[in-house]
Amino acid sequence: MSLETFRKETRDWLEANCPPGMRVPAKGEADICWGGRNWTFASDDQRIWLERMAERGWTVPTWPKEYGGGGLTKEEGFVLKEEMKAMKARSPLDSFGIWMLGPALLKYGSEEQKREHLPKIARGEIRWCQGYSEPGAGSDLASLRTKGVLDGDEYVINGQKVWTSYADKSDWIFALVRTEADAPKHLGISFILIDMDTPGVSTKPIKLISGKSPFCETFFDDARAPVSNVVGKPGQGWDIAKYLLSHERAGIVSDAVSGGLNPVGAAHLAGEVDEKGRIADPILRGDVARLTIDALAFEATLRRVKDEADKGEGVGAKASILKYVGTELNKRRHELNMSALGSDGLLWEGEKEEDGEAARSWLRSRANSIEGGTSEIQLNIVAKRVLELPGT
Amino acid sequence: MSFVLNDEEQMLRDSARSFLSETAPVTAFRKLRDENNPDGFSRDLWSSMAEMGWTGILVEEDHGGADFGVFAAGLLLQEMGRTLTPSPFLSTAVLAATALRVAGSDAQKAKWLPKIVSGETVIGFAVDERARHNPDSINTTAKKQGNGLVLNGTKRFVANGAAADAVIVVARNEDGAPCLVLVDCNQKGVTRKARRTVDSHLPADFTFEDVALDGDALLDGADNTEGALKHILDVGRACVAAESLGVAEQAFDVTIDYIKEREQFGVPIASFQGLQHRAAHLLSEIEMARSIVMKALRTLDETPSQAPIWAAAAKAKATAVSRLATSEGIQMFGGVGMTDEYDIGLYYKRAQAAGEFLGDDAWGAGQVAKLSGY
Ligand SMILES: Cc1cc2nc3c(=O)[nH]c(=O)nc-3n(C[C@H](O)[C@H](O)[C@H](O)COP(=O)(O)OP(=O)(O)OC[C@H]3O[C@@H](n4cnc5c(N)ncnc54)[C@H](O)[C@@H]3O)c2cc1C
Repeated sequence: MSLETFRKETRDWLEANCPPGMRVPAKGEADICWGGRNWTFASDDQRIWLERMAERGWTVPTWPKEYGGGGLTKEEGFVLKEEMKAMKARSPLDSFGIWMLGPALLKYGSEEQKREHLPKIARGEIRWCQGYSEPGAGSDLASLRTKGVLDGDEYVINGQKVWTSYADKSDWIFALVRTEADAPKHLGISFILIDMDTPGVSTKPIKLISGKSPFCETFFDDARAPVSNVVGKPGQGWDIAKYLLSHERAGIVSDAVSGGLNPVGAAHLAGEVDEKGRIADPILRGDVARLTIDALAFEATLRRVKDEADKGEGVGAKASILKYVGTELNKRRHELNMSALGSDGLLWEGEKEEDGEAARSWLRSRANSIEGGTSEIQLNIVAKRVLELPGT
Repeated sequence: MSFVLNDEEQMLRDSARSFLSETAPVTAFRKLRDENNPDGFSRDLWSSMAEMGWTGILVEEDHGGADFGVFAAGLLLQEMGRTLTPSPFLSTAVLAATALRVAGSDAQKAKWLPKIVSGETVIGFAVDERARHNPDSINTTAKKQGNGLVLNGTKRFVANGAAADAVIVVARNEDGAPCLVLVDCNQKGVTRKARRTVDSHLPADFTFEDVALDGDALLDGADNTEGALKHILDVGRACVAAESLGVAEQAFDVTIDYIKEREQFGVPIASFQGLQHRAAHLLSEIEMARSIVMKALRTLDETPSQAPIWAAAAKAKATAVSRLATSEGIQMFGGVGMTDEYDIGLYYKRAQAAGEFLGDDAWGAGQVAKLSGY
């Protein structure tokens, strides 16, 4: 099918199938669909939209059909995105399964693991969380100590993870576990899939500055996982973790351009505009314009990196540039949004569900340059791997 | 729209890079400067550029050009930015050629474009009348007089003005609408004063005092001269942005080479995280500038109606990034960075001058706000 035909058919289908409630921006985090065993839909529209998209494989449009995907080519996937954006259609499903675990399983998983897990991710049936960080292993992730000891055909796992986003709401966790105690730091780690219902797995929420508690400490006390749940080979976990991180980083930055958030709209909301509809404060106006320029440059860069990847030049460590620039940009956007809103932006609680959302999102955006590897770590990677600067 | 070069573009870039590094490296620029060359560029080099078809890069094939498009012109300027090669390429082959192409009559094109292609003429493009770029503020007038025109006004810092045979002047007609007139520099009533700038270029200030011109001095081939003027300036901006990008890239490359080599405290200074982070930040910014410059150039070729915001944004970004890259360069070179002997200072100066030409980053931000409706 030509891309033009595909575009037209896609538009028609979306037009006919995307419920009206899914064509307006989400009212804050609570309104975004994450799926999972215990998911309760925020509205019928949200449920219908997920079902219809999942049926076509369009929650994960470019995954192969046999694993619940849409089997689209990259270009078709891009057209779908554009058409969804054009009609303001929301993403039907957001999940770590889609943008983190899925790509890693597609590359490193066994056929059995793919058939077992990927379709459930695509349909939003199982929600995943990421068990990487530990109290003593943040930026220096490879020094992690959660231990897995082989007992027959099972690993017995002991240790603690921290900053596990949504662990209390998730069904399964993909965790990094040290299975080869004597191997060098980067080589003794395995990537293991663990059902959160397994005896010995427990979580405890941690409250954030945004007032939410999306993340937890996760504990493993003699929790057992079958060896068949190891992705790739035992000891290969670091490679998989890095591959997954590049997808995580890409996921974190996609917000920076699409973010929906717009300081110009904020100025209008707060009535801070002159008679011509321009932002009244000339310095704020200038700051917003410079942000716009950087956002345009970033958007063009995302396209260029995609074009280069299609041509086989790969993305590699350039993902770190995108993560660094994109997250810093997103933070700036939130700061300007707060400035434009003035005291209106300070609202913490009110009558409406979305009251306080601006401040919460602003506070949440601070984490962009920490999660998935801090800005400093990204700069280290660029310096070492792209610029090949020497170590100290 | 593609963000990667096709085979033809790749070839053009590679050949430009090797030609310029052999024929017009920074040492050649130093020589022109030290000899006080009265043109500010090498006439021989300009002829070579004509032989290679560069001068006709934006000229239709009917008039002997290669008609390669704005993207290709930008690639050449990017390479010239890397070697700091001064030439009338931007003023003549980009601005004047585009002006003639979009606003010239058939007769004017037939008369002037082949001369641009052959490299036998240098034409300046005179827009600014004040220190800061502002194409909305034009006081020069071109009023009807009999069958001809009479031109009055002043223009400042016309690029390559010292060497120009003619200039295309942005003026206002009796209705106050913008118009473009092509003036021979030897015409009675034209005076010019060459200005040697910090980057060792030789623009000139022009005064036009009751300059009597034929009717065919007026470029009146466009349906909408104001729109044509905007387009010419956008092409110019995207191309200067490409030059600034080249300046930034090369300044960055030599800086990285230097910090890998220079040792202090018994180790290469590149091993210090304080410098590593700044270098990585700089690279990130250069990548952003590269993408947006490519986007602006391609948009001018493929969907010109969407070009204004991209040209303004690309000019702003490239200006800011080239200043950052060159000033960080001086800092990382340390003391030697302040010496005339090292090239980094030359890049710093060019970044500032190219940045001001046709609108700097502040100008671009204002334009982006305006075009976005806030
Ligand atoms: C909102 C949020 C969600 C998260 N979700 C998850 C999750 O789901 N799963 C999970 O496993 N983890 C998650 N994380 C954890 C995240 O990946 C870590 O917080 C991050 O990697 C940083 O580690 P740290 O917090 O221990 O900071 P540290 O490593 O202690 O760093 C502290 C400071 O030191 C700097 N620093 C450290 N090392 C260097 C160095 N070599 N050079 C220069 N500077 C350095 C850092 O940049 C930072 O500024 C999440 C974090 C946040 C904020």
